[in-house]
Amino acid sequence: MPKEILDSKDIKRVIRRIAHEIIEKNKGIENLCLVGIQIGGVILAQRLASQIESIEGGKIGVGALDITLYRDDINIKKEQPVVKTTDIPFSITDKTVVLVDDVLFTGRSIRAAMDALIDFGRPAYIQLAVLIDRGHRELPIRADYAGKNIPTSLNERIDVYLDKENKEDKVVLISKK
Amino acid sequence: MIFKSKDLLGIKDLTPNEINFILDTASGFKDVLARDIKKVPPLRGKTVVNLFFEPSTRTRTSFTLAGKRLSADVVNFSVNTSSVVKGETLKDTALTIQSLGADFIVIRHASSGVPHFLSKILNISIINAGDGANEHPTQALLDLFTIRSHKKKINGLTVAIIGDIAHSRVAKSNIYGLTKLGAKVRVICPPTLMPAGIDKLGVDVFHSIEQGIKNADVIMTLRLQLERQVKGFLPSLEEYFKLYGLTAERLKLARDNAIVMHPGPMNRGVEIDSEVADGPQSVILEQVTNGIAVRMAVLYILAGVRR
Repeated sequence: MPKEILDSKDIKRVIRRIAHEIIEKNKGIENLCLVGIQIGGVILAQRLASQIESIEGGKIGVGALDITLYRDDINIKKEQPVVKTTDIPFSITDKTVVLVDDVLFTGRSIRAAMDALIDFGRPAYIQLAVLIDRGHRELPIRADYAGKNIPTSLNERIDVYLDKENKEDKVVLISKK
Repeated sequence: MIFKSKDLLGIKDLTPNEINFILDTASGFKDVLARDIKKVPPLRGKTVVNLFFEPSTRTRTSFTLAGKRLSADVVNFSVNTSSVVKGETLKDTALTIQSLGADFIVIRHASSGVPHFLSKILNISIINAGDGANEHPTQALLDLFTIRSHKKKINGLTVAIIGDIAHSRVAKSNIYGLTKLGAKVRVICPPTLMPAGIDKLGVDVFHSIEQGIKNADVIMTLRLQLERQVKGFLPSLEEYFKLYGLTAERLKLARDNAIVMHPGPMNRGVEIDSEVADGPQSVILEQVTNGIAVRMAVLYILAGVRR
């Protein structure tokens, strides 16, 4: 039975809070940009950016990062991964880059994302924002901004649904049994 | 998508889904090639050996760059300075390369079926870079990729292939690939260069270039292998150009937005006029660029196949 953990209103509040936290921690939006990790982090990064822009006024850069080629499990996964697009239409050198992903789990995606990002330039800082932190880290990585901490077991799965119109947003917990 | 084969031996063995998957993956690598740092790490620690028994500039260089862009170690094995000249058999050469720790052998050979033979005796991945008159799968894949990027889809297009169909592995691989993806293929050449039974591959045969390229969306010219002239397949190169050369005048018969392709190396003034080769409809140099992305995709996909 899938269990709904966050509904669309909850998600809206979480995004608003994280937006405020990002602005507070960085004392404004100067030098700030957001990069969402394909696929789940991209829409989230766009939502966060428009929230931040509406709070502070002004524009911030938003990019999408594909980490497929930086993963460490090419020989472990059964299916062939699909290489998606990376689109970072600005220089990240000397910027504060907030990496955005939907779920933080083992930390391996974030390791891959940092390696991928560094091939595009030398950011001054890299921070991490996630909607859900479900624990089970396999690497020394933590989120700077987390929407919700959800203790999970390894035979559970978290699915995040974010659509463009943010009408049917939800986060559900599913037992794989 | 689960890719089953550890090898890429020919387009004949691929399903339409597998072809599309390779092309989609190649789009991702095309983006990588547009970056400042054109290198990505997925093949770190893997070794690619280019084993070429026939001359090649673009295919070998393209595979070398593709491997290096993926962070693999690439070794170019030159047959002239190897133990092959001391009489080592192909099998022993291949087993030696496997024992040296290679993960991929990219092979070109004058005899059809050599890659298939190696794939049976070796555990490592074999990529066919041209075997005799049989297939040249990565060339067809980069051609399909180039067509798709200009025409958005392959299904329903009319593609005219002009040239030495009988001896062309490029033609063969392209016929398999294009028909699998739903294009209508026409082959155009003198009767002496048309292989028997070609119509069984689902293509339309033309002996007149004017009729063959009429309303085509894509025109593929093939290199006329000049040594064929000596063997009596053709009266003279001048006559070939007169009857089958792609000129600006003839190109007007195709669709206005038709693209012109050539796998290289070109014989200007034999199969294609310089005016066309360098003209606005030519995508010949783009094919070369796309070749690296497509070969990266092939190496990357095969590296992920479970053994």
